[in-house]
Amino acid sequence: MKAIRNILDSVKPHVQKGGKYHAFHSLFDAAETFFFVPNHVTTKGSHIRDAVDMKRTMFIVVVSLIPALLFGMWNVGNLHFKSLGESVGLFDAFSYGFIKVLPLIIVSYVVGLGTEIIFAQKRGHEVNEGFFVSGMLIPLILPVSTPLWMVAVAVIFAVIFGKEVFGGTGMNVVNPALLTRAFLFFAYPQSMSGDAVWISEKADAYSGATPLAELASNNGSGLSITEMIIGNYPGSIGESSFIAIMIGAAILLYTGVASWKLMLSFFAGGLAMGLLLNGMQDLFPHNNYLDFPAYQHLLIGGFAFGGVFMITDPVTAAQTETGKWIYGFLGGVIAIIVRVLNPAFPEGVMLSILLVNVLSPLIDYFVVENNIKRRMKRAKLSQAKI
Amino acid sequence: MSQEIKEREPMFSPKNMRLITNPFNKENPITVQVLGICSALAVTVKFEPAFMMALSVIAVAAIGNTIISVLRNTIPSRIRIIVQLVVVALLVILVDQILKAFSYDVSKQLSVFVGLIITNCILMGRYEAFAMQNKPWPSFLDGLGNGFGYGLILLLVAAFREIFSPSGSLTLPFFGTVKIVPQAFFDMGYVGNGMAILPPMALISVAIIIWIQRSRNEDLQEN
Repeated sequence: MKAIRNILDSVKPHVQKGGKYHAFHSLFDAAETFFFVPNHVTTKGSHIRDAVDMKRTMFIVVVSLIPALLFGMWNVGNLHFKSLGESVGLFDAFSYGFIKVLPLIIVSYVVGLGTEIIFAQKRGHEVNEGFFVSGMLIPLILPVSTPLWMVAVAVIFAVIFGKEVFGGTGMNVVNPALLTRAFLFFAYPQSMSGDAVWISEKADAYSGATPLAELASNNGSGLSITEMIIGNYPGSIGESSFIAIMIGAAILLYTGVASWKLMLSFFAGGLAMGLLLNGMQDLFPHNNYLDFPAYQHLLIGGFAFGGVFMITDPVTAAQTETGKWIYGFLGGVIAIIVRVLNPAFPEGVMLSILLVNVLSPLIDYFVVENNIKRRMKRAKLSQAKI
Repeated sequence: MSQEIKEREPMFSPKNMRLITNPFNKENPITVQVLGICSALAVTVKFEPAFMMALSVIAVAAIGNTIISVLRNTIPSRIRIIVQLVVVALLVILVDQILKAFSYDVSKQLSVFVGLIITNCILMGRYEAFAMQNKPWPSFLDGLGNGFGYGLILLLVAAFREIFSPSGSLTLPFFGTVKIVPQAFFDMGYVGNGMAILPPMALISVAIIIWIQRSRNEDLQEN
C-alpha cells in the first residue's frame, strides 16, 4: 500500500492544475480513489460523509457477481465439451470457459471506461465509478459467442446514449447494462438469439436451444428442478445458475446495498403472473407454456439474475418506498407476460425491466401525489374538528 | 415626395438570401423547430425515397408559400387555415400523381407518406407564419429554404441509416444501388446494424445531428 501511495504522490504534482499532464487528471483521480478511501470532508451543513462511498458500494456489487461469473465460466466450458461428446474435469471445463469469457469482460471494461474517461475529460468532471458494475454485468448477460466488436459498439452506444447524454452516473433513465443488451438484441439479432449462439464452438448436431426457447416452441423445458437450480443449461453466461445468483443476493442484502423490497416484489410479481397464467390455460389451448409451473419460471432463464442485479439498480428504480413495491411487482409481471404470451421473445426480463425503468419516475410521481393528497385530507379533517 | 419613391429591394438582397440559408442552420425546421419529425422517421429507411420525399416537400412548400402569399390579402382571417389546407391538399395531390406517373416504385415505397405531407407541420407553419405576412418572392424563397433545410436532414438521416443497415449500400436516385461497405468487411465478420432499419435509429440519428449542431452553435444552446 505504501508503495502505491508513494507512486501516486510522485505523480500528483504533474496532473494537478498547471501541471504538464493535466489532461490525465481524471484518470489519476480514478486510480487514487480506487486504492485509497478519499479524504473528502463536507465543508458546509451538517451532512455526514459515510466511508462507504460509491466506489465501495459498487465494489460490493461486483463481489456479489463473482459466484455467477465463476459458475458461468465453468458452464461455458462444460457445455462446450458436452456438445462435443467429451467429458472433462472441472478444471479443464473452467479454464476453457475462462479463456472464452475473459475477452468479453476486458472489451466491456476497456471500451466502457474509455468512453467514460473521454467524456469526463471533455466535460471537466470526475470519472465516476458507475461503469464498474455495468462493465461486469454486461458480459454476464450476453451469449458467450457474441463477437467482440459488437460488444464494443453496443457498450459505446449504451454509455453515450444511456448515460452520458443524461448527465453521467446517477442520472441515467435506463440501466446501461440492459441497454447494451437491448441494442445488441435489436441490432444484431442473429448473434443474440436462436439455438447456435449459447454454446461456444458447439458441435452442429447438438441442440443448443435454451430451455426458454424450447418452452416457447411447446416442447417443455426438459430440465429437472435440480438442474434449474444448479443451472448447467445453455443461456447467457451469468444468468443460468439460480444458486450462484442467490449467493450474490445474500451478499447484497446482508450489506444492505440492494433493496430487499425491490427483489421480493419482482419475484412476487413473476410468481403471481405465473399462477394467473396457469389458471388461464383454457383460454390459450395451443400455448402449453401457460401450464409451466409458476415457481419454475423464477428458476430458469434470466429471471433470477434480473431480479437480483438489474431491478435493484438504485438509480433507475423507483425512489419512494411504496413505489419500490409497485415497480418491482410490475417488472415481474411484465417479464412473465412477454415470456409466455409473445413467441417472438422467449425471454422477457430485459424488456420488462427496461420498460419499468422508464416508468419509474411516473410511479414515484403518483406515490408522492397520493401522499400529499392523503395528508391534505387529514389536515382538513383535523381543522374541521377544531 | 421623396418618401414615395421607395427603392425596390433587389431580388437577391442579403435579407432574401438569408431566407434560404437560415433554415440550413439556425432555423432548421427539423433540428431546431422540431417540425416534420414524423416523416423524418418514416421515410428515411432508404436514400431514394427520402430524396423524393425531400423534393416533394420542397415543391409543396415553395409553390404553396407563393400561392398563399399572393392570396394573403383576400383570405378572410377566420377561414385562413381552411384556405391553406385547400392549397396544400391541391399541391400534394399533384405531387402524388406526378410521382405515380414518373417514378412508380418510389411512390409505392413512400405509400401514404406523400399524402401525409398535408399534415406536415412545416408547411402549415410556414404558410401561417411567413406567407400570410410577406410578399410572394420572399415567401417563395422562404418555402424553398425550409424545404431544403428539411431535405438536408432527411438525406443525412437516410444516408446514415442505409449505410449502416445490413445491406451496407446506398440507393441513389438515377444511379441505382451503390455498395458503400466493401465486401471484404462482410467477409471479416462485419454485420450491418439491424436497428438502422427500425424507427428508433432515425430518432437517434436526428438526435446526433441536433447534438452536433448545438455544440457548434452557441446561439442554440439553452441554459
